[in-house]
Amino acid sequence: MTAIPTQPRGRLLTEITRWPGSLKIGTVLFVLICLAGIFAPWLTPYGPNEQDLKNTLVAPSLAHPFGTDNFGRDVFARVLYGIRINLPFGIITTYVPMIYGVVLGALAGYWGGWFDAILMRILDVTVAFPFLVLIIVIVAILGPGIHNIYIAIFLTAWTMYARLARAEMLVERNKDYILAARTLGYGTGRIVFRHALPNVSNSSIIFSTSDFVLNIMLLSGLSFLGLGVAPPTPEWGAMIAEGRDFLFDAWWICTLPGLALVVTGTALCLIGDGLAQRLGERRHALV
Amino acid sequence: MHLSDPAKAVATAVPLLEVEDLVVEFRQRGRVVRAVNHVSLTLGQGETLGIVGESGSGKSVLCRSFLRLLPSPPAVVTASRISFNGQNLPDLTEDQMQAIRGTDISMVFQNPMGALNPVWPIGDQITEGEVVRGRLAPANRRKRAIELLTRVGIPAPELRVDEYPHQWSGGMVQRAVIAMAVAGAPKLILADEPTTALDVTIQNQILALLMELQAETGTALILVSHDLAVVAESCDRVAVMYAGRIMEIAPTDRIFVAPKHAYTLGLLGSIPRIEGGDQALEPIPGQPPNLADLPPGCPFAPRCRFASSACAGADMTLREVAPGHFSACIRANELGGVA
Amino acid sequence: MNVVSFIASRLLQMVPVLIGVSIVVFLAIHMVPGDPVELMMHGRATPEGLAAARAELGLDQPLLVQYWNFISGAVVGDLGTSIVQKAPVSEVVGERILPTVLLLVMSSIFAIALALPLAIVSARRADQPIDHAIRLGGMIGFAMPPFWIGIVVMLTFGIWLDWFPISGYGRTFWAHVYHLVLPSFTVALFLAPILLQSLRAAILDVMTADYIEVARAKGLSERRILVKHALRNALIPVTTILAVNIGWLLSGAVVVEYLFSFPGLGSLLVRAAGQRDYAVIQGLSVTFAVLVLVVNLIADLACMAIDKRVARA
Repeated sequence: MTAIPTQPRGRLLTEITRWPGSLKIGTVLFVLICLAGIFAPWLTPYGPNEQDLKNTLVAPSLAHPFGTDNFGRDVFARVLYGIRINLPFGIITTYVPMIYGVVLGALAGYWGGWFDAILMRILDVTVAFPFLVLIIVIVAILGPGIHNIYIAIFLTAWTMYARLARAEMLVERNKDYILAARTLGYGTGRIVFRHALPNVSNSSIIFSTSDFVLNIMLLSGLSFLGLGVAPPTPEWGAMIAEGRDFLFDAWWICTLPGLALVVTGTALCLIGDGLAQRLGERRHALV
Repeated sequence: MHLSDPAKAVATAVPLLEVEDLVVEFRQRGRVVRAVNHVSLTLGQGETLGIVGESGSGKSVLCRSFLRLLPSPPAVVTASRISFNGQNLPDLTEDQMQAIRGTDISMVFQNPMGALNPVWPIGDQITEGEVVRGRLAPANRRKRAIELLTRVGIPAPELRVDEYPHQWSGGMVQRAVIAMAVAGAPKLILADEPTTALDVTIQNQILALLMELQAETGTALILVSHDLAVVAESCDRVAVMYAGRIMEIAPTDRIFVAPKHAYTLGLLGSIPRIEGGDQALEPIPGQPPNLADLPPGCPFAPRCRFASSACAGADMTLREVAPGHFSACIRANELGGVA
Repeated sequence: MNVVSFIASRLLQMVPVLIGVSIVVFLAIHMVPGDPVELMMHGRATPEGLAAARAELGLDQPLLVQYWNFISGAVVGDLGTSIVQKAPVSEVVGERILPTVLLLVMSSIFAIALALPLAIVSARRADQPIDHAIRLGGMIGFAMPPFWIGIVVMLTFGIWLDWFPISGYGRTFWAHVYHLVLPSFTVALFLAPILLQSLRAAILDVMTADYIEVARAKGLSERRILVKHALRNALIPVTTILAVNIGWLLSGAVVVEYLFSFPGLGSLLVRAAGQRDYAVIQGLSVTFAVLVLVVNLIADLACMAIDKRVARA
C-alpha cells in the first residue's frame, strides 16, 4: 500500500521506464530549466543588469536572442538569471508549507476532536478570502518585498494541503492496516507518520505541482502590481511590468519573459499530470 | 411461481435469436482478453434461457454484445451470425441498432440503484424511450408512466411517479427498471443478474414479476445468473458458461438431473461416485484460467477431477448427447451414470 | 419552505466565518509596527494634527472598543472612513461591487463557452490524440499568468485589431458590456483550463455510470445521452468546482482589473494596498469574503435545483 515508491537505487531506471510520457517530458523540461539557471553565466556573455545604452530596444537577433530592453540589457540573460529567483521561490513556497500543512491536516483527520475543530474553523476563514487578496492584504500591511511575500505565503498556503490531507486521512484511518497498526500497540506518531502519511499525501503531491505554478505566477503577479521584488532584480513578472510601457515598440521585452513562465509552468503541469497517472496506477494495481 | 413447460424445452421451429460463432475480445495495450470464446446458441420465440456461470465467465459480456453495448475500443465483437427476428445484427448500422434497443430487445440490469439517473423523476425515465421515438405524446407521459408502474406492482403509482430514485428501495427501483424494459413491448428481454443486488425475499418477488410479465406478453427472456436456484425455478433451458465458452446447454430438468459436463457437476456441488449417492457440498478446487492466456483444449481441464491427457487437445464444439442436450465435454458419456 | 430554511441556515453559518475574517483583518492592521495615521500623512503632520486625526478615527481608544466600533458599524453597512480618499469606505467600495460582479459573470460565461465544447470532445475521445492535444493546451493555458494573457489580448484585439476598448467601463449597460469584453475574455482564458480539466473528469466519471448504459439499452441516441443524462449530472460537480474556484477567479480578476484600469474591487485593492489605506483594505476584505460566501451559497442552491438528493442532505 505504499504510495510513494521507495525503490532500491538499481531499480530507479526501471521505475523511470514505467513513467507516463507526460511525466518524462515534464521532468526533462524541468531539469533543463534548472540547468539553464545554474549555468546561466556560461550560457550568455551578458550580465543580467549590464546596461548598454547604445543598444536599447534592439529586436531579437543572433547577438541578443530575446532582444534588449530600454536600458540595453539583454533580455535573454535576464530571463536566464530570472530562473535563479523564480524557481527557488517556487520550491520553497510550495514544499515548506506542504510539509506542515500535510502534517497538521493528517493529525487533525486522525485525532478529530478539538484540534480538528480549530483547524477547520481556520480553514473556513482562509477559504473565504481569495488567495491573492489575502496575500495583497498581508503585503500591504507588512510592506512590499520578497521577504514579506514569503511570510504571507507561509501563513496561507498550508491550508490547501491541510484540507487535502485531512480529507484523505478521514478515509484512511478506518482502513484495516491502520487498525492493524493500532492493535499492535503502535503510538500515534508511528501510525500517522510511518504508516498513514505516505498514503494521505498522494493528492497533496499531485496538487503541489499546480501550486508550484501558482506560486511562481503569484510572485510575478505581485511584482507586476508593484508589490513584489523591486527593480532592477531580473524577476520575470517585474520584467513583464517594465516591458509594458514599450509594448508598441518592443513586444519582446514583456512577451518573452512571459514565455519563460509558460514553459516552466507547462513542465510542472506535465509532471503533475504524469504523477497523477502513475500514483493512480499504483493505487489501482495494489488495491 | 411460473413453471417451465416441457413442451417448450427444445427450441421452437422459428428461432427468435440465432448466434453463431460469437467471439468477444478486449484489446488493450497489446493484451488480448477473450471474454467470449466461439459461442453459438439458439433461442425460440417466448423461450426462457438461463445462462449460469461464475463471475468472469463471460455471461454478461455475451448479453451486452447482442445489443452492441460494449465500449469499443477496447471490445472487439466478431460473429458469423447474430440473427434476430430475421435480421443479422452485425450488419445493422448504429442507427438501426439504436431502433432495436429498448423496443425489440431490452435489458434489465444487476444494480438497480445505479440504473436510474439520480437527477430525473422516475416516471420520466420510464417513458423516455417512447417519447423520444414519438410513440408517446409528452402530454400522456404521466398517464403512461402510472400505467407501467401499475403493471410492475408499484403501490400508489400516481403518488410515486414524480419521485426520484433515491426515494425508492432497491426492489422498487428494480421494478421500475423492469417497467422501463417492458415499455417498448420487446420480443426479447436480457436480464443480467436482475436479483443479485437485492434481499433474498425481494429476489423471489422480482423473479415472479419477470415470469408473470413474460407469460402475459409471450416475450423471450435470457436470464443471466450465477445462482442455480434462480435458473432452476424459471428457465426452459440452461446454458452453462465457463471461461467464455458454453460448456453445456440442455433443458432445465435434464441439466439438474443428468448433467453431461464435468464443470456442471462441479457447479452443482456434487461429485458422482461409483458406489452411487451424493457427497456433501464440495467447492471446485483452483482458479478460473486467465482469459488473456487460455490453455488449449478444454479450459476447465486444469481444475477437473475427470481430466485426461486428451482434454488438453479437446475439440470444444458442442455435441448432442441426448435430444436437445449438448455438451462440450469429451467424456460426457462417461458421466452419464448419475441420473 | 425547505429552500428558505436552507438559505437561512447557510446565512447563519456565514456569521462565524465573517467574524473570523474581520478579526484577522482587524488584528493584522492594528498590530502592524508603525502608526497607520503617521504613515498615511507621510510624516508631514504636526503632533497635534496626528492626535486630532486619531481622535477623529477613534484610533486613540482601546483595541477592543475599536473592534466593537468597526463591527457594529459594519453590521449596518458603515465600514469607516478612508483618510486617503476622504470618503466613507462603504461608498468607495460600494460603487465598485457591481462592475466586479459583472466582470465575474461575463468571465464565467466566456470560460464555460470555451471549456465545455473542448471538455466534451476531450472526454468522448479520451486517450486519443485529440484528447492529448486538448489537455496539453489546457496545461499551457494554466501556466499562463493572467496579466501576461491580458497583455497579449490587449495587444491583439485592442491595439492591432482595434476591436474593443482596452480600458475604462463606459456609462450605459451595453457600454459596460462592450468595455468588459477584453478583461472578461482574459479572466476566462485563465479560468477555462481549470474548468476544462474538471469538466472532462466529471463527464468521464458520469459516462461510466450504470444509468448511461441503461440509457443506451433504452435505445437513446449518443447525443441525447450526452446532453440529457451526462451533462446534467456532470454539472453538479462542475458547479461545486466553479464555486470552490471563486477565490481563484477573483484573484485573476484583481490583476486583470488593474491591467485594464477597470473600476472594480480588485483595482481598488491594489491602489489601497499601495497607499496603505487601511480602512479601505479592511472594508474590501470583508466585501470579498461576503462575495465568496454568497457565490458558494448560490452554487449550493443551483446544485439543489439540479439534484434533488442534495436538498435532503
